This record gives sequence, structure tokens and C-alpha cells, in this order.
Amino acid sequence: MSIADHHADPENAHVAHHFENAEHQYATAKEGMWAFLCTEILMFGGLFVAYLIYHHAYPLTFKWGSDNFLNWKLGAANTVVLLTSSLTMALGIYYVQHRNAKKAVMNLWITLLCGAIFMVIKGFEYSHKFHEGWLPGSWFKPEALAKQISLGAPENIPLYTSFYFMMSGLHALHVLFGMGAIFWVLLRTRKGEFGPHYYTPVENVGLFWHLVDLVWIYLFPLLYLVG
Amino acid sequence: MAAHASADGKHVPHIIPLGTYMKVFWTLIALTVVTVAASRVDFGMLNGVIAFGIASVKAGLVMAIFMHLKYDNMLNRVIIGSAIFFLIVFYLFCWMDEASRVVIEGVL
Repeated sequence: MSIADHHADPENAHVAHHFENAEHQYATAKEGMWAFLCTEILMFGGLFVAYLIYHHAYPLTFKWGSDNFLNWKLGAANTVVLLTSSLTMALGIYYVQHRNAKKAVMNLWITLLCGAIFMVIKGFEYSHKFHEGWLPGSWFKPEALAKQISLGAPENIPLYTSFYFMMSGLHALHVLFGMGAIFWVLLRTRKGEFGPHYYTPVENVGLFWHLVDLVWIYLFPLLYLVG
Repeated sequence: MAAHASADGKHVPHIIPLGTYMKVFWTLIALTVVTVAASRVDFGMLNGVIAFGIASVKAGLVMAIFMHLKYDNMLNRVIIGSAIFFLIVFYLFCWMDEASRVVIEGVL
């Protein structure tokens, strides 16, 4: 393929020489992405297993934490926001597959907006806890701890805030990273770099974003609704 | 989404219809409402199981449709399935250890 051809058809230009064809390259990139998502699942998995074991050992601590430190309405709102963002992410890919860059970009903007709304709600939740001194582990303010215990909280209540901040914090970092990645594919979609035969980066960023949604699907009942 | 290469090796996407995406989305929202509603009722020991069960149905829908696994290579399903399988093994062994311990001096 000459240089001229190379530029003539951008959708063919992306096949690296060690791949048989575009389909081979697409399938390989996606397989790599799934392998990466496995490492993500195992990373969050360590936290989830720790949560389940400690929840089994100290159910009252987790019940107190979810009843008194968290507002399930904010958690539910964030769940709806993230589910919406997952839909618009999937629609972004759908419109790229239909060669409709304009609608794809619009859906990616909505996805970004939802990510931002999620982070703002999370920010309000975090700042409230900072203000009250409900911090993780040994950072839990002594006077706040004394107050909670006088209200009937189990003495090891900082255990709950440790899990809350570690799990939701790691998740929030993923939301921020995902937003950056979505912005990157949004710009490339706008430049017209993707179409039905080549959209691997959009697909893989989408997979990452859905994983962030998946983690939250479990975090919401575990942190906010546990009884 | 794969194994749809045309004769010249171009990637031809398997496109899931818009209606399917919308149906999955509204099902996910409905299941979120069910999760919240179920948490208002005390099922005793089953509370956690119900919440986890609904979350897993939601996760399954997201993976099958939004993440296109339903129409994807079998290999990708095996990859993700193995991660979930080993996570369950990890949990079960930790749980067996914790549940079979004898409480000494009231501290776990």
C-alpha cells in the first residue's frame, strides 16, 4: 500500500503489519481490554472480599455506618446518573457504528456530563463527612467518635469509614480516569477518525466505563443499603 | 461483535438495535428501584443475598448488552468468567476460614 493509498482510506490505514486484517486487529485489541478488565475486577475484588468478611464479622458496624453516615437518596441518584451514562456511552458506540459522528459526539458529551454530576454529588458527600470528622480508620476525629459511641455506635465504627472511603474513593478515581478517556475518544470522533469498520478505541473506552458502572452497581447496595 | 469480518478482512460491527439498549436501560432503572424497595423490608438473613442477587442481574445485563458480550468472541466470555470464578473461590476460602474460627477472648 503506497503512502497515497494510506491516506486515501483512513479505515484501512489502521491495520498494523503484524495483524492479518482489521478484524484480527480489532479482536486482539478487545481481548487485551478484557484481560485488563479482569485485573480491575480482581483489584476491586480484594476490597469486596475484605468487605464481605468484615461485614460478616461486624454486621452492626456496617449497619450503623450505612444508616447514619450515608444518605441512600444520594447513592440512588448517583446510581441513576451512572446507568444513564452507561446508556449514552453505548449509544455513542452505536452512532459511530452508524457513521453518525454528530450524534455519537453528543452522546459522549452527555456521558461526560453524567460523570461530572456523579463526581459533584460524591464531592458533597465527602465534604460532609470531612466536616463531621467521619474519616477513615485512625483519622476518625476522636470527638466525633466519642459522639457516635454515645449515640450507640459500635466502637469500631471507623472500620466502616475505612471501607467507605477506600472503595468509593478507588471507584471515584476510575470515574475521573474514564472521563479523561471519554474526552479523548470524543475529540477523535469529532475529527472523523472512526467509522463502522474502525472504532476500537471508542469500544474499549466504553468497556472501561461500563466496568466503572458495574463496580458501582455492587457498591451502592453494599455501602448505602446494608442491613 | 466479532467474527463478522467481510471477505477483505474489514471489521463489520454487529450492531445491537437502539430499542434493545433502551429496554436494558429501563430494566436497570427498574431494578435499582427494586433494590431500594427491597432494602426497606427486612428479610433477615436474606437481605444481603437479595441485594447481591439483584446487583448481579444488573451486572449481567450490562455485560451482555452494553459491553456486547452476548455477541462477542467466546474467548472474551471465558476471560471474564474466569476472573469472576476465581473471585468467588477467593471469597469462599476466606469465608470458610473466618466462619470456622473459634472466638478466643471475644476478639476475632
